Amino acid sequence: MSAELLQPVPDEDGAPFFDYAARGELRVQTCAGCAAPRFPPRPCCPSCQSFEHRWKRTSGRGRIWSYVLPHPPLLPGYAAQAPYNVVLVELADHPRIRLVGNVVASADAPLDSVDPGRLRIGAPVRAAFHRPADGLAVVRWLLERP
Amino acid sequence: MAATLKDATAIAGIGRTAFAKRLPESEKTLACRAILAALDDAGIAPSEVDAFASYTMEETDEVEVAKAIGAGEVTFFAKAGYGGGGSCATVAHLAAAIATGQAEVGVAWRSRKRGSGPRPWTNTRAQLPTPGQWTRPYGLLRPADEIGMLARRYMHEYGATRDHLFNVALACRNRANQNPAAMMYERPLTREMYMTARWISEPLCLFDNCLETDGALACVVVSAERARDCRRRPVYVHSVAQGLPAQHHGMVNYWNDDPLSGPSWTAARQLWKSADFGPQDVDVAQIYDAFTALIPLSLEGYGFCGRGEGAAFTEGGALEIGGRLPLNTGGGGLSEAYVHGFNLITEGVSQLRGTSTAQVPGATTCLVTAGEGVPTSALLLRS
Repeated sequence: MSAELLQPVPDEDGAPFFDYAARGELRVQTCAGCAAPRFPPRPCCPSCQSFEHRWKRTSGRGRIWSYVLPHPPLLPGYAAQAPYNVVLVELADHPRIRLVGNVVASADAPLDSVDPGRLRIGAPVRAAFHRPADGLAVVRWLLERP
Repeated sequence: MAATLKDATAIAGIGRTAFAKRLPESEKTLACRAILAALDDAGIAPSEVDAFASYTMEETDEVEVAKAIGAGEVTFFAKAGYGGGGSCATVAHLAAAIATGQAEVGVAWRSRKRGSGPRPWTNTRAQLPTPGQWTRPYGLLRPADEIGMLARRYMHEYGATRDHLFNVALACRNRANQNPAAMMYERPLTREMYMTARWISEPLCLFDNCLETDGALACVVVSAERARDCRRRPVYVHSVAQGLPAQHHGMVNYWNDDPLSGPSWTAARQLWKSADFGPQDVDVAQIYDAFTALIPLSLEGYGFCGRGEGAAFTEGGALEIGGRLPLNTGGGGLSEAYVHGFNLITEGVSQLRGTSTAQVPGATTCLVTAGEGVPTSALLLRS
């Protein structure tokens, strides 16, 4: 199933995010100078212009900020699972950082494995790590109260 | 005192091809036809053209177009980025060039076979790296998905409903039903059709999405003085603006403090700052409508109502002829043709000439906007 889905093609700035995800950690790029977190990752801090940064671990918890249910026409791998959900999750630790993802029944479950009727804006979720291939992980989300 | 663009230039000619799901001719041929029609409308010889502007997504280039139509020596050419966000910027760039003496006769154009050609989002190679790494693997594939995300949040925060989005779809469709050139000329829309339509990306249904069109459009920009000697009544470029907000990311603008105040807010501040009139003085608006949900967001951004009031603004026939703000009077991208918003520019010109198929009586001012969500641009036109 996953083979038909697009895999992330990280750029230089984004690569560490996916490397940490492969280890089961949700980390965000954080300025080493002023401690401001930023997303998506980029070479320098928009607040203090420092090029020094760290990847700070988060609790992996958040809330659904919004979601859509895509229907065809879609790329074939996605059409096969449509309608599925795509959520935007606001991180509990960093409310200005929002990650696009999918709410699933378990880390390796299909994109349509949760009844869309269970989704609500504001619903608490926690990160899980789906590993479609060796060394690669994508972040999925589990409802805290399924 | 700084130089001003205010009323220094005017749109003297507009032209277009037919609009259809499939046109047999190439994008280059269609571009040439639209440009020559616009020059003929203005009464200006192709050999006088010395400036070109289009979109970065335009696949016909100025070299080929200039050669084909018989342009003279070209001294200014520019392209504006971010898909439909660049529509009004093409005119803005020409206005700036002409007002500063870099050229005298400018042509802006867009030619696109989006009706019969490929959907851009199906090109995974071009779209997957930055910023696609954060969105596309999760199935947020299409612009409809990206804007649907903002639409649901907007509905949640402000109590907007599908009926509000229907108000937008209906106003555009009603105007298309008056416009023989519109793809949806003979296709009325009912509330039942809307409410039972198939989903594209919930909460957006089929009728919340723009058309897929083959077609081309162009306009001719000259100095205000020159325009007064042209064949048609001049439509002055009163104010122009582009808008790229701080910490903006693209159509997936989810990572700034407030994703619901998009580039239109930035463009609007600049647009009104250099204008002699305000939102309350706009007689008719051509607001970029790739998706119905962009209209309430843009109504707020451009100051027609307060934050969160854009959906309610659409009630009571406000967007219809005779309403508070007649909208997309040729039918817009939703119901006339989707050519990256260029038909909104030409319709704005028609309104201020008094020749629209859905004429707003006595209209003298028009707002035209480019794609909201992406880095954008806008024009204030006046007669």
